[in-house]
Amino acid sequence: MLAFILRRLGQSIVVMLVVAVVSFLMFRYVGDPIISMVGQEASIADQEALRDRLGLNDPFYVQFFRFITNALQGQFGISYRLQQPVTELILSRLPATIELALVSATMALAVGLVLGVFTALRPRSWSTGAIMSASLVGVSLPTFLIGIGLIYIFAVELKWLPSFGRGEVVNLGWWRTGFLTESGLRSIILPAITLSLFQMTLIMRLVRAEMLEVLRQDYIKFARARGLSKRAINFGHALKNTLVPVITITGLQLGSVIAFAIVTETVFQWPGVGSLFVNSVAVVDVPVMAAYLMFVAFIFVAINLIVDVLYYIVDPRLRVAGGR
Amino acid sequence: MTDIATPEGRQGRIARFFDSDIVFSYRRSPIAILASIVALGLILAAVLAPWIAPYDPFNPRTLNLMDGFTKPMSSSFAGNYFLLGSDHQGRDVLSTILYGSRVSLLVGLSATLFAMTLGVGLGLVAGYRGGLLDTVIMRIADIQLSFPAILIALLIFGVARGLIPASQQENVVLWVLVLAIGLSNWAQFARTVRGATMVERQKDYVSAARIMGVPPFFILIKHILPNVIGPVLVIATIGLALAIIEEATLSYLGVGVPPTQPSLGTLIRIGQQFLFSGEWWILAFPAFTLILLALSVNLLGDWLRDALNPRLR
Amino acid sequence: MTEPLLSVRDLKVVFHLRRGDFTAVNGISFDIMPGEVLGVVGESGAGKSMTGTAIMGLVDPPGEVSASEIRLMGERIDGLDEEGFRKIRGKRIGMVMQDPLTSLNPLYTVGEQLVETIQRHLPLNNAQARERAIKLLAEAGIPSPEERIDAYPHQFSGGMRQRVVISLALAAEPDLVIADEPTSALDVSVQAQIIKVLKDLCASRGVGVMLITHDMGVIAEAADRMIVMNKGEIVETGTVGDIIKRPREPYTIKLIEAIPSIKSQNPRYAAAAARGEVVAANDDTAPLVSVENLFCEFDLSPSVFSRLFGGNRKIVKAVNDVSFTIGRGSTYGLVGESGSGKSTCARMMVGLQPPTAGSVKLEGTDIWKDKGASAKRRRSIQMIFQDPYASLNPRWRVGEIIAEPIRALGLTSSRAEINDRVADLLDKVRLDPGVMNKYPHEFSGGQRQRVAIARALSSQPEIIICDEPTSALDVSVQAQVLELMTALQEEFGLTYLLISHNLAVVRQMADAVGVLHNGVLVESGPVEEIFGNPQADYTKMLLEAVPDISKVA
Repeated sequence: MLAFILRRLGQSIVVMLVVAVVSFLMFRYVGDPIISMVGQEASIADQEALRDRLGLNDPFYVQFFRFITNALQGQFGISYRLQQPVTELILSRLPATIELALVSATMALAVGLVLGVFTALRPRSWSTGAIMSASLVGVSLPTFLIGIGLIYIFAVELKWLPSFGRGEVVNLGWWRTGFLTESGLRSIILPAITLSLFQMTLIMRLVRAEMLEVLRQDYIKFARARGLSKRAINFGHALKNTLVPVITITGLQLGSVIAFAIVTETVFQWPGVGSLFVNSVAVVDVPVMAAYLMFVAFIFVAINLIVDVLYYIVDPRLRVAGGR
Repeated sequence: MTDIATPEGRQGRIARFFDSDIVFSYRRSPIAILASIVALGLILAAVLAPWIAPYDPFNPRTLNLMDGFTKPMSSSFAGNYFLLGSDHQGRDVLSTILYGSRVSLLVGLSATLFAMTLGVGLGLVAGYRGGLLDTVIMRIADIQLSFPAILIALLIFGVARGLIPASQQENVVLWVLVLAIGLSNWAQFARTVRGATMVERQKDYVSAARIMGVPPFFILIKHILPNVIGPVLVIATIGLALAIIEEATLSYLGVGVPPTQPSLGTLIRIGQQFLFSGEWWILAFPAFTLILLALSVNLLGDWLRDALNPRLR
Repeated sequence: MTEPLLSVRDLKVVFHLRRGDFTAVNGISFDIMPGEVLGVVGESGAGKSMTGTAIMGLVDPPGEVSASEIRLMGERIDGLDEEGFRKIRGKRIGMVMQDPLTSLNPLYTVGEQLVETIQRHLPLNNAQARERAIKLLAEAGIPSPEERIDAYPHQFSGGMRQRVVISLALAAEPDLVIADEPTSALDVSVQAQIIKVLKDLCASRGVGVMLITHDMGVIAEAADRMIVMNKGEIVETGTVGDIIKRPREPYTIKLIEAIPSIKSQNPRYAAAAARGEVVAANDDTAPLVSVENLFCEFDLSPSVFSRLFGGNRKIVKAVNDVSFTIGRGSTYGLVGESGSGKSTCARMMVGLQPPTAGSVKLEGTDIWKDKGASAKRRRSIQMIFQDPYASLNPRWRVGEIIAEPIRALGLTSSRAEINDRVADLLDKVRLDPGVMNKYPHEFSGGQRQRVAIARALSSQPEIIICDEPTSALDVSVQAQVLELMTALQEEFGLTYLLISHNLAVVRQMADAVGVLHNGVLVESGPVEEIFGNPQADYTKMLLEAVPDISKVA
């Protein structure tokens, strides 16, 4: 067990290093940090002096090492656009994104799993056909259009829910939550639905495909031949085997919800890290882009690690050393 | 289980094609027929835009602000008729949609072609060679697949914008977009092709070719590629829908095509400003076209997957 | 007269397919008496498996069962609903399926699956059910069942897993067990044990058995009565002894004739003996191929680290110091069970797998080390594979497939010449040259194997390595392919290396034989010496264990 986790941890560190290199290359070579800082009017000599002072003339590996050291301490420089420390910016907007991602991930997982199992167990019923067609329409609808549509119906026409922002928030230390006020809760409904729809269809289709595959296996036929009840076969045997691959991919999907929030946050003017990122890309605010990449990669790696441990618990073939 | 092949067989590629399961399944699927007609219609309309569009929406000389905000199926104060209405600058919505789908399709198709070439090539090599090369390629693909394509595309787009001098950006931005979307989608092809290649490589017909000394390149191209092309077509079709949506999303976020060459996404972005003041048509028609395009291509891809893999039905 | 345990009348299974209906089982009737083992034998597509599936009520759409009557101890069980069938399955009819690898759920322990089945059908509490499960495992011959009951399926070997499957089938004391190819996925030596376990357990409980198999040897060993099926219909019914020794129907006569027996002598020896000659091993001429001290090791260490630093290293010697020679124009048979290294040997001899040590010499040239040897190897060595479905590229026309070696080796580039050669080769393997433009899926398994033989011949090789060339084929087709191989050998003076797990086939075809066991060549010599008077214990055990039609009581 420990060896397995350690190996996975090692792989995660490699992934983080690769992302760090990409992020550093971007940070260092995209645009000119000096010009962004002092403006184009500064004299060449002044620019050169600043370059030296900031260590931009040091060898590549020295600069990379410095980048890593700073990153480990949570320092990613100063946003060109907003002239604030990047870390501060991200942290102040993080709660909004995490709350949105949590709500929509839970929705996507719950609904996707139920619908996936349902459609796999009733492959020929009309409701399966309807759900599958609806899911295809769901995949074909760009997220931003779903958002706009929901705003139009529920905010503009029906005026039930707010069309943008987080509503009132409450400070819990540095964490600003929208869960504790009525307007906060009302505000999260539309963005959460928008964000979860795509993941929901993906999870549903995945669960369905895996479950259909499992139901074709010999051990299911043998379970039927042993006279087991339908319930025991479908939920005891088929579902458990379905979950093994589903856990992995679902985990990855959920990790990407945070990054996926980019579009939703823009549509709903949700003050999270995603909209911060989009605004930074538009003006090539490199420090924010680099930090955001590292941040998303970190979350992805962390979730991946958790998924691996879960995998280990579910599948005895990994847990118990093979006998043959 | 049973050999139902007729003893004489049927001669000729064309006859064989029309007798194939694919065509049979197509003829039996009204959705596939409808989807292909819609998709072809939209593509044709986009290609023929300069000839069939009632106005040239991007020629400033023909634009008249008096035409602005005309409702669908009515004439403006200036006396021009607009089937789908006009926008705030007096541009004909129908014409902007025709030109807009042209841009959307151009970017989507080029990006998918690029992603397919790259992904299939790398997938074939990784699957056949195995070893370190395989590990490296697939690790990169894995990492990339775990991030949403839109994030990757945004990053690549941002980086490219930072690297290309501002004076050049107007000209190349479309191709930057193609690069960004293509690079964000290659991994899916690579993963599938690699898996299929590893299966085919184990088969005896490949061993037979190796025994007689056929070089690896020819084994990949002549033996393995034709046998893995089915799933590639499915991914390419669904990938085209994704690429079109991705382009629209980027343009909607304001980082895509330049405003002088609006795509469907740009039109939606513009239209959203007027949604709350009641000028719904500026948003609704481009949005509807985008959905129709993505849905019809997706339906085709979905049908193709089922037709090529009868087990899933 | 006692009432039959199972009585089937006019059973019909129809599949509604795109190109019309396909009748898998066409109105068959038979009985099984209490305690009797009924063998159901037939070639692929005979409908024998479908018969078993239909009795269990497990036929899924697009298949449909229409039976006039199926009775279990006098009680009708056809046309029951799913819930009704569920009360019968496991409780009154148990089932054993072919592949023990896939018939157990990998995520549950063996005990969990047993207890689940027992409690479903018998009113026992957890402790009692577990006790019963342990007893069942013990009876099925699983050592220390108290511990093994908590193991997962992947921790058992194939034979042990099939014992678990048998105990699952018997868990609720059924009256009838349907065993569908219960030993086909297993090695010869394990096969015999499983047949014995199945037979003993059923006999001691008075359980009737319907034993479905394609292997007449298994029937001869295990069954009391048998039915022969062909194309969904019953051809002949009778006692096993009667049918094997005195078949009446033409189909059965042909079928029995086609089955090679391990007891029948090599025809060339027999012919030579009849002429009063002694078949001498031609030692005087230099051998065409000689394999010298061949080794092949695979590194199965779990990670790169252990591979580099030696901790936890796991090296498997797939082939361990194997040496033999093959004389020009003769056939050398290599026999062994799965994992014995026989296919690895073949791969090293055709240039697909580099040996760890040792050499493969073709007329004295080391095909792995000597300069220019690979060109010689490509021209002189060809191979025929086991699976006729995977050995032909489905996207290529048959003509292109056969011409591939001619083109790859640059023998000729003239289109007309290639066409002529391909037509000639098709004729040689007794296929109509007109089939050149067809695709492999339009051919049956046996025809595909002929195409594969034509491809192997097209570069005019001296030796053809045949890796299980007939084990995916039905017996009657197998006989034709073997006969074709013999004829071609005489015509072209070919040399064969014949790899097979089927001892009877090897005895019939080979001049000399080598027996492989865990990568070691335990015995090698002229075929009649090895089969007539085996020296190694392993060979003796193998010959003893093979289910063979000569063993009919």
